[in-house]
Amino acid sequence: MDFQSCVTIQKEWDIVGARQMGRNIAKEIGFGTVDQARIATAISELARNIYLYAGSGEICFERLETIDRKGIGIYAIDKGPGMEEVSRVMEDGFSTSGGLGAGLPGVKRLMDEFDIVSEVGKGTKITVMKWIR
Amino acid sequence: MRIPILKLHNYLLISIQIDLDDKTAIQFQEDLLNKIHKSGSTGVVIDLTSVDIIDSFIAKVLGDVVMMSDLMGAKVVLTGIQPAVAMTLIDLGIHLHNVPTALDLEQGLIKLRQELEE
Repeated sequence: MDFQSCVTIQKEWDIVGARQMGRNIAKEIGFGTVDQARIATAISELARNIYLYAGSGEICFERLETIDRKGIGIYAIDKGPGMEEVSRVMEDGFSTSGGLGAGLPGVKRLMDEFDIVSEVGKGTKITVMKWIR
Repeated sequence: MRIPILKLHNYLLISIQIDLDDKTAIQFQEDLLNKIHKSGSTGVVIDLTSVDIIDSFIAKVLGDVVMMSDLMGAKVVLTGIQPAVAMTLIDLGIHLHNVPTALDLEQGLIKLRQELEE
């Protein structure tokens, strides 16, 4: 796939960098303030997951445009340990890091579309999309 | 990066005006508790008017610092949470129960005064 821009997630500060870049792209596409906050927060959660569980990875952005709507696609890709039970991490309150457990179910609620592919030993790819209403 | 903590009579006032990264947030937690300890302040207002993003980690740090301060004997009020931030937090599933909040700095100080006089 051809991404417009990607941010490498390696250090804690990259989490902030990724969400700032995502917010700017969302603003350019034409999202309102509330959706900009939702998108930036979702990116923050995805980037933190990469940083905490995979060590490193990247967040990529894509501008989506169809005949009747515009949106943003965000891809969180890592080559980390992967997840054995994808369905469990999608349960509210499930957390292995001692955080608030908002994590992925929260990201799903913030965005319009959510997909996760994970393979143990190979890594995880999470795709989320949001459309301008 | 350090977040400035201002002292006003018995209160500490903090206005967060930067995009918080994890390290700065943790540093702030520690700085605030030390400042409460040193100054003997009984009330704290953390103003979030300029914060346009609170993710689950930052929410946890803020919620924790409220409880930690409470353990030490200081009441903390969070003020100025933006509409977009409030909506995002609820979508995320973060409710921050037991965290005192107020619309703005002024209301926050009124709330503190009421709580501390009780």
